Amino acid sequence: MTRRTTGAWLIVLSMAAMASRTHAQVGPDRLVNATKEARNWLMYSGSYLSQRHSALTQITPANAKNLELKWMYQAAVAGAWQTTPLVVDGIMYLTQRLNDVVALDAKTGRVFWIYRHTLDPTLIVCCGANNRGLAILGDTLYMGTLDAHLVAIDAKTGRPLWKTKVAESKAGYSVTHAPLVVKDKVIVGVGGGEYGIRGFVAAFDARSGREVWRFHTIPAPNEPGGDSWKPCPPATTTFCDPEAWKHGGGSIWVTGSYDPALNLTYWGVGNAGPDWNNEQRPGDNLYTDSVVALDADNGRLKWHYQFTPNDRYDYDSVQVPVLADITWQGQPLKAMVWANRNGNFYVLDRETGKFLVGKPFVKVNWMDKFDERGRPNQTPQPPGQPTWPGNQGGTNWYSPSYSPHTGLFYIPAWEGYATLFGGTPVQYQEGRNFGGGANRNHVPVPGAPAVPGIRRGPINNWTEAVATGAVLAVDAATGEQKWKFPMTDVTDSGILTTASDVLFSGGREGYFQAIDARSGALLWKASLGAQIVSGPITYEVDGKQYVTAISGLSLCVFALRD
Amino acid sequence: MRAQLLLLAVLGLGLARPPVVAAQNPAAPTPFAQNAAPGNPAAALPSVYTPADIAYGGRLYDAQCTTCHGANGDGVGGVDLRSGKFRNGATDQDLVRVITNGIPGTGMQAFKLDSAEITGIIAFLRNMNAFDRGSVKTGDVSRGRMTFEGKGGCTRCHRVGSAGSRVAPDLSDIGATRSAGSLLRSVTDPTSQMMPINRPVRAVTKDGTVVNGRRLNEDTYTVQLIDEQEKLLSLTKADLREYTILTASPMPSYKDRLSETELADVVAYLLSLKGR
Repeated sequence: MTRRTTGAWLIVLSMAAMASRTHAQVGPDRLVNATKEARNWLMYSGSYLSQRHSALTQITPANAKNLELKWMYQAAVAGAWQTTPLVVDGIMYLTQRLNDVVALDAKTGRVFWIYRHTLDPTLIVCCGANNRGLAILGDTLYMGTLDAHLVAIDAKTGRPLWKTKVAESKAGYSVTHAPLVVKDKVIVGVGGGEYGIRGFVAAFDARSGREVWRFHTIPAPNEPGGDSWKPCPPATTTFCDPEAWKHGGGSIWVTGSYDPALNLTYWGVGNAGPDWNNEQRPGDNLYTDSVVALDADNGRLKWHYQFTPNDRYDYDSVQVPVLADITWQGQPLKAMVWANRNGNFYVLDRETGKFLVGKPFVKVNWMDKFDERGRPNQTPQPPGQPTWPGNQGGTNWYSPSYSPHTGLFYIPAWEGYATLFGGTPVQYQEGRNFGGGANRNHVPVPGAPAVPGIRRGPINNWTEAVATGAVLAVDAATGEQKWKFPMTDVTDSGILTTASDVLFSGGREGYFQAIDARSGALLWKASLGAQIVSGPITYEVDGKQYVTAISGLSLCVFALRD
Repeated sequence: MRAQLLLLAVLGLGLARPPVVAAQNPAAPTPFAQNAAPGNPAAALPSVYTPADIAYGGRLYDAQCTTCHGANGDGVGGVDLRSGKFRNGATDQDLVRVITNGIPGTGMQAFKLDSAEITGIIAFLRNMNAFDRGSVKTGDVSRGRMTFEGKGGCTRCHRVGSAGSRVAPDLSDIGATRSAGSLLRSVTDPTSQMMPINRPVRAVTKDGTVVNGRRLNEDTYTVQLIDEQEKLLSLTKADLREYTILTASPMPSYKDRLSETELADVVAYLLSLKGR
């Protein structure tokens, strides 16, 4: 090759490198094929399958010990920072408390622009002013807000394009999860399960913000499933609400999934309202604590499966529906794998909703067996006796991961954790807490500290006597545990796996860890000083693989030593 | 729950007009700590009222409440504290709220009480009718201090103010955080009341050095403790040959070492330690 042609090749190569960092439109086709562009992280769970699994392989079990901090970005507003960033062609987009959007250079952390949404001061949120992230389509970012709006933002300038009211925030409705874009629609659901909302999932036209369809997670009496909100018995001796469905809960606060071949979008539905007093809402209370499969074009229900009928434990099914193509009993299966807050691992047929496997992954005593259709036989504990898992669940909203490489499903779990549940009658009042509970934490000594529900300080004074954490690796087809990575404190961290069999996860103690996805062995760790309550992601810029962890107010980005 | 509902309905609290209510068979109010959280005085409310708490509450009642409510609980017109029915609350939680916040526009002022005191007051109010003041010795603070520092030998391990060892937990404010019942049990059955964080640690380093101490903090990879020489240590678990968290308290039971009077005196002294 002559010097001239070498030079020409260098120009072409450098232009190609530049092109890979220029901002191309993120069309629906790119979203469908998100796993094929592993350098980017195009949606909350990485792809429509929601596996939080990346094809990037630069970081391996052998070299993970060489990870080092490359840059940090500090947020200003204290509180649990639960967001998952997006990365599109070298640009990172993320939300920060309360409802800001930040665009920054994914290689250096330097900021391009910040959009600040002004919140309605009358908003009501129960459990912290949380936001979990964004969606992108074309050159537009989408964010749900704490005051229950959906905002479209120009990804290049940070300017708002339109804003649509999703629901009434003063009645306790909010949007906390990252929207899901499917084709030309932006899909969001509403939070507010502690305020007696009537939950729904709705799709909005991505260009105009106009609502296209809405699926109520609590059916009206004349709709299919409406009869699962039963009339009150005529001679009841306890408080029963004859119109319980009107404030039946069914919130949506974690992003759903999508199967393009089936054109179904799947959403996990939250607790019934009131959370703990199931006596005042007789019946199974569909579609609370369920997964619903909706036609992505019109929102019609294709199937549902209810994990915890007539729930009295606040066992929200707000986990991310993980879609995995597995071999089940020798046959290929389009599966949905699910570790539920109620302590059970499930395998469902995602085409039909058929229940295939149900198996506890932590101690469970609220039920003892399933019937052939997957209905749990509930075994409520006597008053004053502990129920496992406790109120925060065996897991919760924290993203699990599925690795097609290992065939394992990875669960962030709380072990040995129980609550003494008790329901109390509660009358619905708009915007007022609608919990109906008199719960006590199960502690070994009266007055001993309980595991904090949301936030911890620097000292673990509840200890292993109350609860411990773990990353559990289970066979995705059977739920059989393959290995366990134990942690002294519980974990709210999501999990990421890569095609090189490295697993990343954090925990409340502030450690960020790389773990061998096949064996569970620790490969590397960093102490980041504050709890990690979001899921790590990985991406690549200019040939270098990065991995993120958010600890306290710090977004920390790691890569291999140069 | 039924009883609470009936009382709520009767007292006009919370449920103004429940759509369907047919409460029957009122039972005794349940001493249930609702939504208890660390740091909240209510968090310490036990599920049973112990004689020590009732006795402690009785003393506090005599000191702080009799001016208005009278020795028999009927000093305020229309209010009979011994009836077990309270106009402004059915649950212990409601009573805590009334006592700590007061009732605006009435003579009921807000009382600043720590969790040991509020536990005692509630225990006493719930048992006013049945409690025989002569049956429980409430103890003497100064005698208790003498037993604590002398015969009991408690300062060999515990510290109060600037005196005593730091090996066991510092008790300077124990009377503000533990109820009377809990303190009595702590002395007679220490393991039953040991907070999990205080569990003893036994570690053997790779060079064979044995470390015994009291746990101060722990995470997946490390543990922080104070050892028998009052040294603060942070150990990395991977560097240890042996590592055990013991669940039995190293403190002996004083059930048979002290008389009932001495125990009551020690509890009275411990309750007086408010850290202020």
